[in-house]
Amino acid sequence: MNISFGECTARERLSRLFDAGSFEEWLPPAMRVMSPHLAQLGVPAAFDDGVAVGRARLDGKSVFVAAQEGEFMGGGVGEVHGAKLCGWLQRALLERPEAVLLLAESGGVRLHEANAGLIAVSEVMRALLDVRAASIPVIVLIGGANGCFGGMGIVARCADRIIISDTGRLAMSGPEVIEATNGVEEFDSRDRALVWRTTGGKHRYLTGDCDFLVDDDVAAFRAAAISVLASGSLALTLASLEAEHQLLALRLQQARPGDDGVDIWRRQGIAQAALVPDLSAAQTRALTREVA
Amino acid sequence: MKLELLFEQLFGTEHQIVVNGDFVSGTASFDGQTLGIVGTTHHAPIGVAMALQQARVLLDLMADHPGRAILLLIDTQGQQLRHLDELLGINRAMAHLGCCIDLARRQGHRVVGLVYDQALSGGFITSGLIADACYALPEAEIRVMRIPAMARVTKLSEEFLTELSQTSPVFAPGVQNYLAMGGLRGVWRGDLQVCLRDALANAPRTDVRAADGQARGGRLLAKTVADQVIAA
Repeated sequence: MNISFGECTARERLSRLFDAGSFEEWLPPAMRVMSPHLAQLGVPAAFDDGVAVGRARLDGKSVFVAAQEGEFMGGGVGEVHGAKLCGWLQRALLERPEAVLLLAESGGVRLHEANAGLIAVSEVMRALLDVRAASIPVIVLIGGANGCFGGMGIVARCADRIIISDTGRLAMSGPEVIEATNGVEEFDSRDRALVWRTTGGKHRYLTGDCDFLVDDDVAAFRAAAISVLASGSLALTLASLEAEHQLLALRLQQARPGDDGVDIWRRQGIAQAALVPDLSAAQTRALTREVA
Repeated sequence: MKLELLFEQLFGTEHQIVVNGDFVSGTASFDGQTLGIVGTTHHAPIGVAMALQQARVLLDLMADHPGRAILLLIDTQGQQLRHLDELLGINRAMAHLGCCIDLARRQGHRVVGLVYDQALSGGFITSGLIADACYALPEAEIRVMRIPAMARVTKLSEEFLTELSQTSPVFAPGVQNYLAMGGLRGVWRGDLQVCLRDALANAPRTDVRAADGQARGGRLLAKTVADQVIAA
C-alpha cells in the first residue's frame, strides 16, 4: 500500500523508511532537550525542538539518520535544533557509518531565534562538508509539505545526492517573502502552478538540482535511498567544483528575463515541456532518458 | 566604513582591488605576502550571478595561487529576492560559493571574513560564516531578515518584533550579539592592520563558534547539546 511520505510525521518517516525497528534516537523527546528562547514569545516549545537524530539500518547497512519535523515551526532551525544536527554530523566522523541521511523539511532559519539559527545553519553546513571530506556520503531526502528552503536549501545542495518527490520543493526564499519584498508582479505566491514550476520536485529533477525524482511514497524513497547507498561518495575537488561552475554559468548565460520553468525544460531539449506539470514522476524520469 | 577608507587603513596604497558595480576583487600586499580579496559592496543582493562571480575568483585562486590567504569583504542585503534567481536554483549557486570557500580552507588557504558594512542571512552563510573565522567592524550591521518580511513569515506583529529586536540577543540584530554567540570571532577596533595580522595568524582552522558562544555566555546550548548527541 502506498504511504504518503509527505503526510507522515518525522518519526513515522524514520520508522517506515529504514529497516523495521532499527531506528535508535539520540536525545529523544523524553529527555526534553528544548529551545530556551520560545517562551518569551509566547510560542510553545517542542520536547525535541523539531528534529529527531540517531542511527538506523538501511537494507542491513548501518547509517546515521535525521528527520526535521515540519509540523513544528515549519522545521525551522533554532539553536537546539541546529546543535542536534551538528552533534549528529560530528559523531558520524567518529563512527563512520555507511552514509548519513537527512530527511529535510524546513523553512530554514527559525526567525524567532534568528541570530542563533543563522549561525547554527552555517555550523551544520560546515559539519556536513566535514563529513563529505571524510568520504562518508551525505544524502538529503525532500518530500515534506513545507519543502526545503532558506539556509536548509543551501545545506541540501552541499550534500552528495538529493532525492525529491514530485510533491517536494527545494528553493532559497519562499514565494511569500519574494512577493512581500518585490510585489505580486515579481512572484505571485498564490499561483500554485507557478510555484511548482519554479520550486517543485520535477523542475529540480529536470535541471539536475536533484538526482532522483520519486513518487510521494515512503517505499519509493526507501528504494531510491538503497540505490544511492551503492554509489558511494562524491569527492568535492577543484575539478568537480570547476565542472559545477561551468554548468551553473551556462545556465545563467542561457537565462532570459521572464523565463518560466517550461522555457528552461524546453531549452534542455524536452519537446513536450508544457505537459510536464501533468506528468507522473515516472513519466518525468522517462523524459530525461529521451534527452540523454 | 567606506571601502576606499578600509583599503587605505588596511593596505595604504599597496593594493590592486577593483570595484566593478557591486563586485569587489583583486589583490593586496600585506606584511610582504599577497592576499586574495573577494567580496561585495553597496549592500549587494547575492543572486546567481554574484554568487558565481565570487566563486570564479576562489576557483582561480585555488588553481593559480595555492595557499594564498583570502580576505572576504562582506556588505550584502542577503540573497536576491527574484523569481528568476529561484528558477535558476539560487540555493545551488550559493551552495557552490560556500563549497568553494570551504575547499579553499581545506586546501590550506587561510580564509578570513570581514563584515565592514552590512551582512544579512543567505548572503552571510555562504561568505563570512563559512570562512576560517569572521570578524566585523563595530559599526557594521548583522541581521537575518528585515522586520516586515519576518512578520509575514512568523505571523507575529511588526510592533512586537520591533520591540523584541531591542531586547532579545538571539533575535536582535547587531555585532555585539553575534560576537557573544560566537558567530563573530572578534570585532576589529583601532589599528586595522593589527587586527588583520592577528586574524591571519590566529584564526582557528576548525569550527569553534559553539565553544566561543558558550564561553562568552551568548549561546549556551549549542556546544552542550552537540556534545550530548555525541555521547548519547
